[in-house]
Amino acid sequence: MAQKVLMSANEAVAHAAYRAGCAVGAAYPGTPSTEIFENVAAFKETIACEWSVNEKVAMEVAIGASIAGARALVAMKHVGLNVALDPIMTYTYIGALGGLVVVVADDPGMHSSQNEQDSRNLARFARVALLEPADSQEAYDMTVAAFELSERFETPVFVRLTTRTSHASTLVDLGPDFGPGRKTPRPYVKNIQRNLQVPAFARQRRIQAEARTAALREHADGSPFNRVEAGDRRLGLVTAGVAYQYVKEVFPEFSVLKLGMTNPLPVEQIRRFAATVGRLVVVEELDPVMEEQIRAAGVAVVDVKTELRMMELNPARLAALRHELLGDVAPPEARPAPEGLPNRPPVLCAGCGHRGVFYTLARLKVTVTGDIGCYTLGAFPPLNAMDTAVCMGACIGNALGMEKAGHPGRIAAVIGDSTFFHSGLTGLLDVVYNKGTITTIILDNRVTAMTGHQGNPGTGRTLMGEETAVADIAAICRALGVKRVREVDAYDMAALEQTLQEELDAPEASVVVVRRPCVIASRMGVGVTVYETDESKCAACGACFRLGCPAIVRGAPADAAGKRFKRRIEPTLCAGCDMCRQVCAFDAIYKVGKEERCRPEPA
Amino acid sequence: MDTMNVSLVGVGGQGILLTSEILSRTAALAGLDVKKSEIHGMAQRGGSVISQVRFGAAVRSPIIPEGGSDLLVAFEKTEALRWRPLLKPGGRALVNAQVILPVTVSSGQQPGVGDPDGRLRDLYGGGLTMLDAAALASRAGNLRAANLALAGALSTLTPFDPEVWREAMRARIPPALLEVNLRAFDAGRAAAGG
Repeated sequence: MAQKVLMSANEAVAHAAYRAGCAVGAAYPGTPSTEIFENVAAFKETIACEWSVNEKVAMEVAIGASIAGARALVAMKHVGLNVALDPIMTYTYIGALGGLVVVVADDPGMHSSQNEQDSRNLARFARVALLEPADSQEAYDMTVAAFELSERFETPVFVRLTTRTSHASTLVDLGPDFGPGRKTPRPYVKNIQRNLQVPAFARQRRIQAEARTAALREHADGSPFNRVEAGDRRLGLVTAGVAYQYVKEVFPEFSVLKLGMTNPLPVEQIRRFAATVGRLVVVEELDPVMEEQIRAAGVAVVDVKTELRMMELNPARLAALRHELLGDVAPPEARPAPEGLPNRPPVLCAGCGHRGVFYTLARLKVTVTGDIGCYTLGAFPPLNAMDTAVCMGACIGNALGMEKAGHPGRIAAVIGDSTFFHSGLTGLLDVVYNKGTITTIILDNRVTAMTGHQGNPGTGRTLMGEETAVADIAAICRALGVKRVREVDAYDMAALEQTLQEELDAPEASVVVVRRPCVIASRMGVGVTVYETDESKCAACGACFRLGCPAIVRGAPADAAGKRFKRRIEPTLCAGCDMCRQVCAFDAIYKVGKEERCRPEPA
Repeated sequence: MDTMNVSLVGVGGQGILLTSEILSRTAALAGLDVKKSEIHGMAQRGGSVISQVRFGAAVRSPIIPEGGSDLLVAFEKTEALRWRPLLKPGGRALVNAQVILPVTVSSGQQPGVGDPDGRLRDLYGGGLTMLDAAALASRAGNLRAANLALAGALSTLTPFDPEVWREAMRARIPPALLEVNLRAFDAGRAAAGG
């Protein structure tokens, strides 16, 4: 047997796609799914892979590959599946030709997400087969099997990961013959009754999709991924995904029906299992998707009082369940952290080009609709310069809606470059068409920063590692019909304020593109001391502090009571952006060190 | 063996994820089942980072139950205090003698942690081991190897032969940085009495 390898479920999915002969892959980054395609890129010799501009396009690319007869992989986080839902809702009627596997990573507990949604609901909604790995080995085995299943039943297949499978590493046996799968594409056949969905054809395929669900349900009943682990029969636990691991940890002696294929749910298999046990308990992470179907089938399920239906499950929560059901373990004690510890919130990096925009917007007292990215941190103290954040691209439509509602005061929509490409363009076109006067501020740092610096249409490099066209955001905005489009250097505080002031006051739609490469991605100022303060000049006015830069720290007390403090620049953190020098009215901040590392010109 | 639970905590950029990966690889090389789970979404932006490693004959949950860690390895003192609830009664805390002020403190928005050493002694008593990993790493030749000095001290609290640790390091650390990291590891081991 081959040596087992330690890898995350995200890595395992990439290896499985390679093994299964996947030919095309498309994804948009999003925690906790991002590493799937960072690893798929390692297999670019056989998988033509891309960062798509958004999840809907990724899904459409994968569907196109599937229609052409090739195996295709698409990956996204849970909210990305909302964006990609439209194409999949119809491709489920067409049915996969080449195997189509959709990997979606949910984020129970919202470690890195704006909501907590259970993608299993969407597998039911779309009538597609769903596999739920409980660890990396299953992520590998199930993804390989998903391609087979997809072609055999002509269905897209969802593989649902969660943060605790995506970001947990466990041992994987890749098998003795691990290598590139060479899968000859199914021959393309033009067939509009199937591949071109209009009402007359869709009615036929609708019936077909229902028949497929019945066949899949029968398959799930005998699936090797759905198994009984017999034990003490007084209690029987039905479980899936990582919840299975918690069940085995906390209820090791009891009978378990471990489900890996959960849509269509093998209800008859569950009914047979239920007949062998005293009390049936369903343990699943997030919504009661299985439990409601089991109850609807007339199988008795224990009502539990322990709250298990929101936030991430863990062994302690199952211990609380065990206490309720069996009373043989103590309820887990709440273990409070020591009191009086300072919080450690994430902050915009020292040198981040987003900082000056929020500093200025706060000064100008603008209502700011925000969006999804690092820059959402502009909402928090001391910047306090964002009012809303809903979903990718929402800020522009939100701003227009506020304007139409008669909101008093000036409104700006703030959106990053990748988010603008993802779903900002249509909103901006809507503003132009419907005569909005809001200002859209596009924070252009040339990378998808939040998720770990992936490429996007503005980066000039593809996931395949090739150079490519660089999207010109200002030109795009002009082409959409915006007459007032300005570009400004993110580090030029005076120009930034003047530009924003003018555009916010303009009686028509405007765009300000604020440019600076991401300070982390460009490694600007790494290990270089560039700015210092002169405490004799510092008036402790707090202007530089309001930039919220982690390199600007508390210095000597400025009054006898110790209430006010001068500011100091922490040399190990300063990236040399110069913004603090510009906002200091007392010339207390000055440049030292290597001049050439200060304020490099925008790329 | 019974499952051993190690929680590694600290601040983004301290090398926590590399350290936990080397620990995990060491356990795998020693023939054990192992699971490692991380939360690192905002690590690069100064937030807290936590990684949990479990190893033994068979490991189920990838996360350690609260109050279930045999060992807390804290790369920073404030985090060593914050994550106290993870530790088992009688568990041990290996703490790096470093304070990284959160921006909430450095900017003056919140008071600091006060006397962290006193609070750590009060919380952990005889279970506390403090280590100046930065000083050890500097003497070994590179301040940035502090995480491996901490790994060296951690290695004395695990059942693995140090040569297995070194094998895991060789598999993961780029050749150019391997020697200094091995020296830092040995210095950490020696400082912890290994």
